[in-house]
Amino acid sequence: MKKIKKVLLLGSGAIKIGEAGEFDYSGSQAIKALKEEGLEVVLINPNIATIQTSEFLADKIYFLPVEPYFVEKIIEKEKPGAMMISFGGQTALNCGLALWKKGVMDKHKIEVLGTSLESVEITEDRGLFNRTLIEAGLKVPRGLAVESVGDGLRAAEQIGFPVMLRSAFALGGKGSFLCYKKDELEEKLRVALSETRQVLVEEYLEGWKEIEYEVIRDRADNCLAICNMENIDPMGIHTGESIVVAPSQTLTNSEYHRLREIAFRAVRKLSIIGECNIQYALNPENGDYRIIEINARLSRSSALASKATGYPLAFMAAKLMLGYTLPELKNPITRATTACFEPALDYVTIKIPRWDLKKFARVSRKIGSEMKSVGEVMAIGRNFEEALQKALRMLQIGMYGFVGNENYSFRNLEKELSNPTDERIFGIAEAFRKGWSVEKVASLTRIDPWFLHRMKDLVDMEKRLRSYSLKSLPYELLLEAKKKGFSDKQIAIFTSSSEAEVRERRRQLKISPSVKQIDTLAAEYPAKTNYLYLTYNGREDDVRFRPSRKKIMVLGSGPYSIGSSVEFDWCAVNTVRVLRQLGYQTLMVNYNPETVSTDYDMCDRLYFDELSFERVLDIYEKEKPAGIIISMGGQVPNNLALKLHQAGVRVLGTSPESIDRAEDRHKFSRLLDELRIDQPPWKEATSLEEARKFCDRAGYPVIIRPSYVLSGAAMSLVFEEKSLEKYLKKASLISPEHPVVISKFITGAKEIELEAVASRGKIVASAIIEHIENAGVHSGDATTVLPPQKLYLETIRRVRLIGEKIARALKITGPFNLQLLARENELKVIECNLRASRSLPFVSKVSRIPFIELAVRAMLGLPVSNGRSIFELNHVGVKAPQFSFSRLKGADPRLGVEMASTGEVACLGDDLNEALLKAMLAAGYRLPEKSILLSLGGEKNKQKFLDAARMLEKTGFKISATEGTSRFLKRQRIENFMLFKIHEKRQPNLQDYLLEKKVDFVISVPDPGKPAAFDSDYRMRRLAVDLGIPVITNLQLAESLVNAFASRKIESLKIKSWDEYD
Amino acid sequence: MVGYVEALTDPSYHGQILVQSFPLIGNYGVNPEDFESERPQVKGYVVSDYTEYPSHHSSRKSLRRWLEEHRIPGLYDIDTRALVKRLRHYGVIPGVLVVSEKPVRIKPLIKEARSLPDPNAQNLVAEVSTRDIHIYNPEGRKRVVLIDCGVKRGIIRSLISRGVSMVRVPDDYPAEKILEFNPDGLVISNGPGDPAQCRAVPTVIALLKQNLPILGICLGHQILALAAGARTFKLKFGHRSQNQPCLEEGTRRCYLTSQNHGYAVDAGTLPSDWSIWFTNANDGTNEGLRHKKRPILGVQFHPEASPGPTDTEFIFDLFLEQLR
Repeated sequence: MKKIKKVLLLGSGAIKIGEAGEFDYSGSQAIKALKEEGLEVVLINPNIATIQTSEFLADKIYFLPVEPYFVEKIIEKEKPGAMMISFGGQTALNCGLALWKKGVMDKHKIEVLGTSLESVEITEDRGLFNRTLIEAGLKVPRGLAVESVGDGLRAAEQIGFPVMLRSAFALGGKGSFLCYKKDELEEKLRVALSETRQVLVEEYLEGWKEIEYEVIRDRADNCLAICNMENIDPMGIHTGESIVVAPSQTLTNSEYHRLREIAFRAVRKLSIIGECNIQYALNPENGDYRIIEINARLSRSSALASKATGYPLAFMAAKLMLGYTLPELKNPITRATTACFEPALDYVTIKIPRWDLKKFARVSRKIGSEMKSVGEVMAIGRNFEEALQKALRMLQIGMYGFVGNENYSFRNLEKELSNPTDERIFGIAEAFRKGWSVEKVASLTRIDPWFLHRMKDLVDMEKRLRSYSLKSLPYELLLEAKKKGFSDKQIAIFTSSSEAEVRERRRQLKISPSVKQIDTLAAEYPAKTNYLYLTYNGREDDVRFRPSRKKIMVLGSGPYSIGSSVEFDWCAVNTVRVLRQLGYQTLMVNYNPETVSTDYDMCDRLYFDELSFERVLDIYEKEKPAGIIISMGGQVPNNLALKLHQAGVRVLGTSPESIDRAEDRHKFSRLLDELRIDQPPWKEATSLEEARKFCDRAGYPVIIRPSYVLSGAAMSLVFEEKSLEKYLKKASLISPEHPVVISKFITGAKEIELEAVASRGKIVASAIIEHIENAGVHSGDATTVLPPQKLYLETIRRVRLIGEKIARALKITGPFNLQLLARENELKVIECNLRASRSLPFVSKVSRIPFIELAVRAMLGLPVSNGRSIFELNHVGVKAPQFSFSRLKGADPRLGVEMASTGEVACLGDDLNEALLKAMLAAGYRLPEKSILLSLGGEKNKQKFLDAARMLEKTGFKISATEGTSRFLKRQRIENFMLFKIHEKRQPNLQDYLLEKKVDFVISVPDPGKPAAFDSDYRMRRLAVDLGIPVITNLQLAESLVNAFASRKIESLKIKSWDEYD
Repeated sequence: MVGYVEALTDPSYHGQILVQSFPLIGNYGVNPEDFESERPQVKGYVVSDYTEYPSHHSSRKSLRRWLEEHRIPGLYDIDTRALVKRLRHYGVIPGVLVVSEKPVRIKPLIKEARSLPDPNAQNLVAEVSTRDIHIYNPEGRKRVVLIDCGVKRGIIRSLISRGVSMVRVPDDYPAEKILEFNPDGLVISNGPGDPAQCRAVPTVIALLKQNLPILGICLGHQILALAAGARTFKLKFGHRSQNQPCLEEGTRRCYLTSQNHGYAVDAGTLPSDWSIWFTNANDGTNEGLRHKKRPILGVQFHPEASPGPTDTEFIFDLFLEQLR
């Protein structure tokens, strides 16, 4: 063992596309492994919603940017003996490399644990990487590293088109492009080389199988391949965008073991210590291979592999990095056998990415070599069909499985299959329904026919099922359907019956799923594992069930998506912790492989399975727990509340009828009226005429909420009469049976949130959050402040009173969140969620009020004592959204009512300016050094920003401005440099200034009167995003930031850990 | 999860009903190049789910067709995990596969299974060993005689690919006649059943008196141990998987190995001039031995892999280095 006392661990910062919850999982495991050795752990991670930044894990936590500047300051302060940089994704790795190159590790005598930085550098530098592997006799794609456009074009000539363009230091495949033609390549080379010094031009391996191995190696040179995975979508689609199956399904023994052997040769050549991911392309015609990529760190794939096999890769990697050898470690699943083994699986797992592309304006829905998905799900089954259908339901996108779905259509199916979007999998179902052959679909998709045959089986099964009524459906066929993963709902659709009737029929026929263990050894040894899943391909349960009044089931969050992320995992994990501390047995249900809640050591039993009514009820009926908590996992479990309640399930906390009253807009609006709580004008309309009348009176814009029994229909913001008609007609959303609720959308008001816990209708703890952005920006995209800095005491008092009224009326027990608008002292309620909200970890950590504990105690009916008041805080917390626009080609970074952020960070400071500046830096903004561009749409925006512009000038910033803004500023005697907009094609043009980075910060506030579609500043914002230049589009945020710039220099930001604040 | 063709053709499974714990079988079809012997050796095959549509460039036929051609019955769509748990608990047990249109009465079948002769009391090796002498790679630099107790082709491949010439002889081939080949070394192969029943034991006792480099693999390892004077015993949980970790004594190395055996060498009974070479990291049973002074090696696992990990192929190199 090495003699170290204190280890510095780098986190990955906010959740972004390409870097998501998996690093909360790997970091948390690393901390556990280090704590087990008695080491002190200092963690840097501004992602306040993570579990790794909880009191019970690391010893010291810094909510500061994972950036060389801050990390070095923390090193100077903490003087750690060692550092770990491979548990925080590419962010931590890049930061570590930068520090190492600066000589910081040498200077402070810090050992970097695990794989040497020399080796890491090889894996990150494409040219070096290729040379090293070729030296070891291994095959890599033919390609050349180039540093200029000319060299790139020559390389492509040599290799032959099409070629793949990749840039080094990339995460999630950013900066990789497929080019078929010379001029296309030339353009892409220019863009890529503007971001990075070096790019790689490579042979294109379209249609080859894409295979991954997760490998670990110890210092005694023991190597293991813990898991191999096969991308169902072959080469050409980023592995993060691919449907992946583990273990591989179409490789022979000799292929499997040859690639395994090559992986070992590669990791030995690179002297990897710890964990490493290796990606191959495998030629389906002849078995030839290329090594595509090696990641010498924990990755998304390693998290998936951990959950797919039960082998805790991150935990083990940390132990190996500390100097253990594999035979010295035990398999934590069996607790009897050695950790030096490769898991044997007796099930199959499928991962499917979760996209949210509909949320972004103008973004292309094509998937390819760049990552766009925001989350993923993993399903476990005893056959491929079962796992596939489970996984598709798990996505929570309104699909019932592979077949039986309603809400999609393809204009050009052939194109969909050969040039896929995020919906291709459903296109395959459509193709088979049309009678296309496996060969045809295979040649279009290049997906291995083995998978396609299995998919076709499901379409055939649908046809067979459709020829029966539920009554006439034979036992064997019903059982076969269940074995192939058909849900009760799907069977109900095919047999024209209801989900409840199918369930009842199953009960009569005694067709029910079995609970199986994931034991890493395919039952070869007895294992004490609590890692479970359900399957119909089994005839007995692996575990026994004892009904208990001290047993509680907790539902997790499902997939990460826009609006539902790691914060709900934090809530769920903390709920389970509190329950366990109170002496309860806990059952966790979740299926998101990126989470900590799906670590089998967090709860007493982990059900890695669907969060559907059917499956939750299956588990509930077997386990017979005392109750179920649905309010800690966000909207997915919350949506099940009423149905479960009606099925006789004991839902803990606020009654599901009350939840329904808050969720059903019509009921909620009526309730507010009854309580005499003000709300924006609203109307329940049953006809277009009625809707039009209301809108004329109240004025546009309005929010339309369809009747919530219509699943899949989302609320929408409508700016004018034309779109009102179009919207209501198109979706035939409005009818006397299905009225819509229309409310006036208020902009320009201040937005406030109340975060609270109540017990039997009485608030026992609360906090008020202030938004920097005015209403109009989705609350998930808002920059929020705690405690509020600019609210009147009277406003705060009134918010509380409203909260108390609602809590009483709905008899709330548990967490809830209230959103309000304030203008002067007038308050209007806009939304109420009777569940834990996105802000709960932020509020809990900044205030140190144990909201989760209070909520859980309240839900269990235990006495709850009042928490402390947030107004006693001597510090300020600011939560800032993290956007991933740079990955979403074409997306407009302009903020609006649709949430667009993928994650968030939060930092603490002595005052608002300090906390805000830290938070913005942590969210990836860089401070302007050269020139700030101002482009303020509309007269109002210009007027309002005037003071801020003066302050910028006074602070010494150089200001550039687009024509109208420039003229306005000049009239006000504010010196600035005028630049023409890109579409104006006149000099001096903004485009050149952005490309040359003479402008390094953009404030582009659109005219609120103009719809986004006519916004001529889109190209400017988009180019800035593509070039990595910060863009601010909200006036209030811009003003606050200017204040912060003026009052604070980066050097003045205090390096204080969480526990140093109070 | 891979390697069903190799397993089905492994003579060590001769006469058994093989149950596959990984549920999806047959995916890449059947390719004769993967065979470990001429034909499938099992009496029956049990899987959870198999495919009618294999997909691989090397596939020549589907698993179903291949088994049908050899008249080997298969069973699918049962809970193989439930079955594996029972096999783990009771060890290898007699079984009956029945094909019937009508509902089956279980009781008489249990009786039938119980009355089956104990395969370990039979001379299974004789059923799978070669009847004739085969010579491979006659031009090879060194000559190795292989006592075939049910050899996997992988062992032969691993040796001839390293340039040696091989003479494969039946398991009851006498020692004097083996020596007539003037071998540079001797390999005792894998095979089915109880080593104590093997006719090769006295042969090896005789050959141990010669100063001949010897390598015993799996059953061959057990035969070697018996010939050296050690004892073997039946394991409670046999080793039948591709992920058996074996520690190399005196090092910190641990290798993943492919195994298929129900008996093991009792390391405590090894004579003093032998040392333990490998030990199973899970259950501590013996996985390898070597003579302290002479070039004699035995490994319980399959260094030739197929199916399974190729980590221990170096055993062949080590053996070849010691050939006369």
